[in-house]
Amino acid sequence: MIDILLSSLGQVFTLPHLLYMMLGVVIGLIVGIIPGLGGIAGMSLLLPFLYGMDTTIALGMLMGLVAVIPTGDTFASVLLGIPGSSASQATVLDGFALAKRGQAARALSSAFLASMIGGLIGAVILTAFILIARPLVLSFSSSELFMLTLLGLSMVAVLSSGDMFKGIAACGLGLLVGGIGMAPATGEFRLNLGIDYLYDGIPLVVIGLGIFALPEIIDLLAKRGSIANHPCELGKGWKQGIRDVKQQRGLLARCAAIGSLVGTVPGLAGSVVDWLTYGHAVQSAKDRSQFGKGDIRGVIAPEAANNATACGAMVPTLLFGIPGSGTAAVFLGGLMLLGLQPGIGMIETHLDLTYTIIWSLALANILGAVLCLGLAGPVASLTRIRFAILAPLITVLILFAAFQATRSAGDLLALGLVGTLGVLFKRAGWSRPAFLIGFVLAAGAETYFYQAYQFQGVGAFARPGVAIIGLMILAAFLLPWIKGLLQSRRQSQTSDLGAAVTRSKSSLPTLGAIDLLIFSGLLLIVIFAWFDTREMTLLGRVFPVLAIGIILVAGGAEILRMCIRSVKWETQPMREEIVWLGGFFSLVGLVLTIGFISSATLFSLAFLLFFAKIKPWLALGLASGVCIFLLTMAHFMSLTYPSGILDSWLFG
Amino acid sequence: MTHDHPKNCVLPKRFFAFGLIASALMLNGLVGSAQADETTLPGNITFTVPFGVGGGTDVWARFFVPWFSEHLPGEPTIMIDNVPGGGSINGANLFATRARSDGSAILATSASTQFPAMLDDSRVRYDYADWTPILASPTGGVVYVSGGMGENQESALETLLETPVQFAAQTPTGLEMPVLIALDLLGTEVTPVFGMRSRGEGRLAFERGEAEIDFQTTSAYLNSVVPMVEAGQAIPLFSLGMLNEDGELVRDPAFPDLPTFNEVYERVHGEAPTGPGYDAFRQFFASGYALQKLIMLPNDTPTEIIEAYRNAASEFISNPRFTDESDAQLGPYEPVIGNVVERHLANVMTLEDATRDWLAEWLDRQYGVSL
Repeated sequence: MIDILLSSLGQVFTLPHLLYMMLGVVIGLIVGIIPGLGGIAGMSLLLPFLYGMDTTIALGMLMGLVAVIPTGDTFASVLLGIPGSSASQATVLDGFALAKRGQAARALSSAFLASMIGGLIGAVILTAFILIARPLVLSFSSSELFMLTLLGLSMVAVLSSGDMFKGIAACGLGLLVGGIGMAPATGEFRLNLGIDYLYDGIPLVVIGLGIFALPEIIDLLAKRGSIANHPCELGKGWKQGIRDVKQQRGLLARCAAIGSLVGTVPGLAGSVVDWLTYGHAVQSAKDRSQFGKGDIRGVIAPEAANNATACGAMVPTLLFGIPGSGTAAVFLGGLMLLGLQPGIGMIETHLDLTYTIIWSLALANILGAVLCLGLAGPVASLTRIRFAILAPLITVLILFAAFQATRSAGDLLALGLVGTLGVLFKRAGWSRPAFLIGFVLAAGAETYFYQAYQFQGVGAFARPGVAIIGLMILAAFLLPWIKGLLQSRRQSQTSDLGAAVTRSKSSLPTLGAIDLLIFSGLLLIVIFAWFDTREMTLLGRVFPVLAIGIILVAGGAEILRMCIRSVKWETQPMREEIVWLGGFFSLVGLVLTIGFISSATLFSLAFLLFFAKIKPWLALGLASGVCIFLLTMAHFMSLTYPSGILDSWLFG
Repeated sequence: MTHDHPKNCVLPKRFFAFGLIASALMLNGLVGSAQADETTLPGNITFTVPFGVGGGTDVWARFFVPWFSEHLPGEPTIMIDNVPGGGSINGANLFATRARSDGSAILATSASTQFPAMLDDSRVRYDYADWTPILASPTGGVVYVSGGMGENQESALETLLETPVQFAAQTPTGLEMPVLIALDLLGTEVTPVFGMRSRGEGRLAFERGEAEIDFQTTSAYLNSVVPMVEAGQAIPLFSLGMLNEDGELVRDPAFPDLPTFNEVYERVHGEAPTGPGYDAFRQFFASGYALQKLIMLPNDTPTEIIEAYRNAASEFISNPRFTDESDAQLGPYEPVIGNVVERHLANVMTLEDATRDWLAEWLDRQYGVSL
């Protein structure tokens, strides 16, 4: 085995292999950095080279692409608050918060370093693990998979410790929205209002962009500053980030290990792992007050994990032909194009290729992180630019990213609607991550529960694996509570009255106009969902009904809590947000009538001239930059945009 | 196993690949204007694939691109346009409304495009009668059970007929539907557990021991199930068979030693299968397997252009190099072309009232699904 290990290492360090891998890495970084593109677009760039290429070299190039996508998308998560892909959603929470505090360079450099080390740890684990992984992967039956989704869902409790009921209600709404589309147990369609677009459910990219990115843009426009509202020194942040990683090496190693192991579980990894590790970072921290407001640990944990997950996800991909994550699915497609059939043969007859893949994975992680570290400083200075200048460019980028999800007008409309929900949630302090976690895990929770019950009956939940994960879930719920209890006892012993008073004051439930709007909106949605699924079979219906139950119980509990304790009325002004949202919908309307390229160009120009009030030549330059970017993307990545009257006339 | 086969043709393919990039770099028309053949085939052809990059149908379509490009008059550039969504319904709908009928637009379809059309899915806005098939790739499939169910095929079949077992499937009306019909006609008590996202996940459930019966299409069977059969973990029961030129179900050339469903049915019931249930099996087998993947042109494309495509296909199919590569990449089946595919397809795509009624009743009774 050692000789195969070394010979594939020699293979990796040949010149053609390195050159093509570099090509893969560069393309991977480009598509990683541009939100919404991801692996599929990178793949279509590599395809022309792939045919007839030497297999090991082609594998290196593919691996270069696949390995660095979760590295590159960190830029968008940290700098713009845009979740680049499903692997970097949790990074947005603290990464973007740090950028707003003027510490973008710090967040980026620790993210990249954590990515690199996480990826390396993942590769090392994979090297040994791939030989013995088969029985372990097979021991994860549908009931363990179901418990893992539950573990992911329990992170809602960790993340919303202050406003538990609102968090659970938000998660319930996420579960309900995630249930739109086909019922896995019966193939029935539900909650789709008869709209074709909703038959597949709303794409994750659209939900992520709507719930996180759009509200941030509107918020920043309302504040009229730059992203970083503190002045910052870039060089210092860079070193600080590296020091942070050194300080948090234990957390980093744990998260990389969690990532690479959960990554090996087929069909789940990509979606739960960043929330699991983020939750772990929160749970294991002594001082949690800064999470969500810019705690570097909230960046290091998911970033270390997502590159490790990319390594772990190779196990089900190579051994069973079942992709463990979105990028692994792309890699699987590449294998098929090369005429390689994944399966047990990858270990028995192609072990050399398997190790070439693993070594390339490790090397690509290093190359990707080094390139990104080099870019981190200069790119971080974006956060010092006045936001009004960036806003039109980011808005175009978000529309572009959302449209690539399914290339239908529905993507843009859904983005606006989810964005509205995001704005409401953000203004009223409802947990947006809880909603996202519910959405992401809805399909897994429903499918695996049904399958576990169907396959194994009641015995499904008497398995040792289930018990172990069950204990972890219990810990997720009990630990914060126990810690809180201990803390308050300590506080009362030291009779620190001041602290106790502020605590009780801050935990007093607040209520505002938006809260009332959300409560009534939830009620309407619940009633609609109840009636929509009324005619369905029990199996098709039980999951949405469960989500309805969660929303009603959590919402009811929150209302009860307000009745018992005195409520603090909070004014929640919304006028400005409504104006911006109206503007966004008009932009979508414009895109759909005159076409994307022309409306994006005109919108950027008009916004820069009349709102940002920058010099005309600069506005013209930026707007034509937008136009050129979109045209280049269309040509190189064979993308399409919403076409309209003006576009079809101008661009054919 | 198969990873080194393309080496003998590296040069032309690589050359073609760079041609693709070059043409993508230049704006439309620059490349195409140089060609003016008497059949006036456009220089740029868009090949709509209603599935994502790297999926089964995408890989299949990409395999054919260089062959068509080489053998069509004027060696046009063929660009693949992936339009995933709605399980291929979206892309096919788009093609139905937008495709030009001058030979510049072709479409790849698969079982998941054919089935909804046959079942009158409300989202389908395309009609197979509007399209002319150029080429079809068949695939077969094998039903197998866990090694614990018997010593050999016969005893395993007997156990299967007596014991209820579970089968990890995707949806009631998906690719497994003909298999589910077949198993029901045999008189077995197979309960499908739905919600698998691929046949691969189904196989994983079988390997975990959660499902005792499973089904895989030919290439997946050869790659992943044969090792299990050799290790005694799986016993193959029957293949679905294959259509011959006259449209009769015969033994699958990939599995000449395996009985077909028809043979097993005869062994169990003492007579050949007939009736609306069997018709439903046959038609969905034909459109989902025997003609699984199709390349289509709009009907109103000029006849000489349709002929140009057909000639190109029959030319490269007789090329021994094609046979070698196709064997390695697509499995041991020769594509069906010309009038044969057109005739077969016309026979399959419309269900008789009796068949439809039977199917609607069967789906409702078994899975509570209404058509």
